[in-house]
Order: sequence, then C-alpha cells, then structure tokens
Amino acid sequence: MMARPEKFIDESGRRVDGRLPNELRPIKMQVGLLKNANGSALVEYGLTKVIAAIYGPRESQKSVSLPDRASLRVRYHMAPFSTEERKNPVPTRREIELSKVLRESLEPIVMTNYFPRTTIDVFVEVLQSDGGTRTVAATAASLALADAGIPIKALFGGVAVGKVDGVLVVDINEVEDMYGDADMPIVAAPDLNLVTLYQLNGVLSKDEFQEAFDIAMNAITGIVNMEKETLKSSYQVENKEGDLEK
Amino acid sequence: MSSNKRIVVPGEVIEGITPSVQEFYAFNYGDTTRASMIGVLDIKQDGQTSFSPINGIYMPREGDVVIGLVTSHGVSNWFLDINSPYQAILSVQDFFGVRQNSQAPEDPFRYLQIGEFVKAKIAAFDRIRNPLLTVQDKGLGKIVEGSVIIIHPTKVARVIGRKGSMIETLKTTTGCEYFVAVNGAIHIKCDNKDLETIAETAIETIESQAHTSGLTERIKKFIEEERKIRGV
Repeated sequence: MMARPEKFIDESGRRVDGRLPNELRPIKMQVGLLKNANGSALVEYGLTKVIAAIYGPRESQKSVSLPDRASLRVRYHMAPFSTEERKNPVPTRREIELSKVLRESLEPIVMTNYFPRTTIDVFVEVLQSDGGTRTVAATAASLALADAGIPIKALFGGVAVGKVDGVLVVDINEVEDMYGDADMPIVAAPDLNLVTLYQLNGVLSKDEFQEAFDIAMNAITGIVNMEKETLKSSYQVENKEGDLEK
Repeated sequence: MSSNKRIVVPGEVIEGITPSVQEFYAFNYGDTTRASMIGVLDIKQDGQTSFSPINGIYMPREGDVVIGLVTSHGVSNWFLDINSPYQAILSVQDFFGVRQNSQAPEDPFRYLQIGEFVKAKIAAFDRIRNPLLTVQDKGLGKIVEGSVIIIHPTKVARVIGRKGSMIETLKTTTGCEYFVAVNGAIHIKCDNKDLETIAETAIETIESQAHTSGLTERIKKFIEEERKIRGV
C-alpha cells in the first residue's frame, strides 16, 4: 500500500507527481489492436492502462434477448497483475458494481434500437491501475465502439476531479484518490452536452462542486478531441501504402 | 469531377445527409444531423453529399443475394452464418423445391452439410424474426466449385469499384469468375488453384487498402506480376 504523502501540493503549486492542478496525465490511445474482437482500444492515462474489446452485435441467448433493442453487456475487470498486490481474479463486489455503472453510462449513447434481439458485449480489462480506472475504461469503450462500427450518438470520455489539500485537481491518481478529500468521476459526451456517469465520493461545497464540474467538462472535451484525432489518423495510417483520397 | 473527402467520426455534424432506418450511419439530434459511425464524407462539387462507413455491420434486406456458411441444422432447416448479427434460416422444403406432390429426401442434411456455402436470396426479414432464405431462383443454391472468401461488408463497394471498374479488372486479368454478395462473401471460380490464390490475395489487398486512391492500377500490376512469377 502506498504511504500518505505529507503534502499533496508543494510550494510551487505542483502535485505529488509533478503536475499542476489542472494538468492531465500524459494520455495515449490506440485502436484496433485485437484481431478477434470487432473493435478494440487501449487507453493510458499516465500509469493507468485499460484495454477495451467489443464483440457484436451478435445473436443473443434467449435469457438476455430483448425484443426491441440489443442488450448491452459490460464486464469491467481488473487483471490479477494490475495492482501492487495480486488481485484475486474473481470479480469482486466493486467490479460487478462498476460493470453496471459503466453499462448504464453507455446505454444512452449506444444506438441499440437498430439491433433487436442481439447482444453487444463490451469487455474492459484494467491492465495496470493507478487511479481513475473507470473513467479510462469509459474512454477506451468509446474508442472501441467506434472502431467496431457500432452506431453511437457521439464519442465520449471520462475524467475524475478530486480535492486534495483544499485544491481541486483534475485526473487524480491512486494516492490522491486514496487520501484525498473528494473524488468525482464524470463520463460525458461533449458533442451532445450529455453527462452519462456522475459520481461523488467525499465532500465538496456547492461552489467547488460547480467548479469541479466545469474542470471535468473541459478536460473531457480535450480527451474526446484526442479520440477523434486517434480515430482519424489510425484510419489513414492503415493505408500508408497508398495515399488517402482527399 | 473533383470532390472534397474527409473522415468523420461519431457525433460529428454532417450536412446534406438524410438519415434513414435502413442506413443507421446518421441520425437527427435536435436540429442537426450527426454521424453515428466512422466514415468518409464526400462532398461533390455539384453539392451532392454521400457518406460511406469505413466499418459497419451488414443488416439483411429482403431481396439481397447473400452467400451463407452452413453452421448447424434443426429438424427441417439449416442455420447459416451470413456475416450479420442474425443467423439466417434455410428450410429443407425450399432447398429441394418441394411442391404439393413431391417430397424432400429422407436424409436431407446429407445433401447440404455443415461447413458448406450456399448462395441464397433473402426472402423475408423484419428484425422480429431471423432472415429467411430461398434458393428458388436462377443461379442460387449450394456452391459446389471454386472458393469463397469473406471480407468486411463495408468493403464490398470497393471490390466492385466505380461502375464495376475493379471487378472488371479482376475478371480480365485473372480470367476467373466472381460473384460478390452484399454481405461480404465473394465466390471465386478459376481455371486452376494458382489463379484462385492470386485472386484471393488481390481481394484481401483491396479490403485492407479500401479507401486509397489508384488501387485499381496497383491491383492490375500485382496480378500481372504474380501470374508471371507463377507461370500461369
């Protein structure tokens, strides 16, 4: 387990990992890395790494089949090697709950009504955990869904805003999450002005709450823009032998 | 005619496209039309706009001629994988063209086995029930010669090419017969195995380089070189 740092913000206003309060961790995105999946994506926010794989729409088992839309199944799982101490691979209460929360955050965005009686499977596997896994998982799911060619209303992304030493900080890492005063993960689709996941753990004043929301939405807009760039460039790189028709 | 092409991603506003139920790549949101898939938006000089998805899903339509792979069978029907979210059904009665005074063979599943391909037409599909196939039309039925390769359904248009230019190139350079089904299955019939391999490789290349320019020329060159190397 990590020790509690003496200070979360040093004299120069920098956080434990040297970032400024409004600075995101370095973000990396990659799509289409799994051959068997219909769509896949790997997203890294600093040390947090999450891979998402999409299968379907494919024929449902009778028990989960819905007559008017596709049923969405989300599995959030942490790999046994994703944490400092080995994590038992059996899904925990937390993972089952996060799967449900993520599924509910995808439901308003994925256009399931085009594929009645089918199932869309979304697998998110946390490869390395350093805080904010659910928001990274949402970003990875967004890219993977787009890569799979499943109609979605817009690209979406997630980020967590926290409060440490009385300062609002964006994209919190493990230490800030563990010992901070508040943790507020948000998943949103900025193109549609739509928030699909909103949680708050800890205490924020009304003003802080508003400010934290604005910080998060700003960060998400940046993340979604990155998603767009990633998708556009990956479909051009795929054809490097010939030049894309302009 | 020159045109202006760009890649759009889900959520992006696209103008000049009317969303329809059949083609789910665009939708109305408020007073804007937005894309729901990654695709190439082509704005031509005369103001016409077209959208072609880069990756998508094949949804069966009545009247489509598809090639399906037999995956299993029930008591009186086969189930076929037609490269779509829904499994297609082909009845024994239809396959043997059974009318009132005739009968299907006693062991119908010996005539069409798991792992074989069938060229069939979609007789009925409404998303409430699985697509129903029929082989009672000219040129339909079990595929007995040649080979079938399966590509992504959105790449079918590229294999055919503008006004059939690509498929024409394939035909003239390899001398093979091709049937391109809308669900992305392509039936190739060649004089010998070498030509078949060349044709398959060419189609795989088309699939992986689908939205690049000058592809027809490159494919033509590739096939001619391969034929020289293999001496066919």
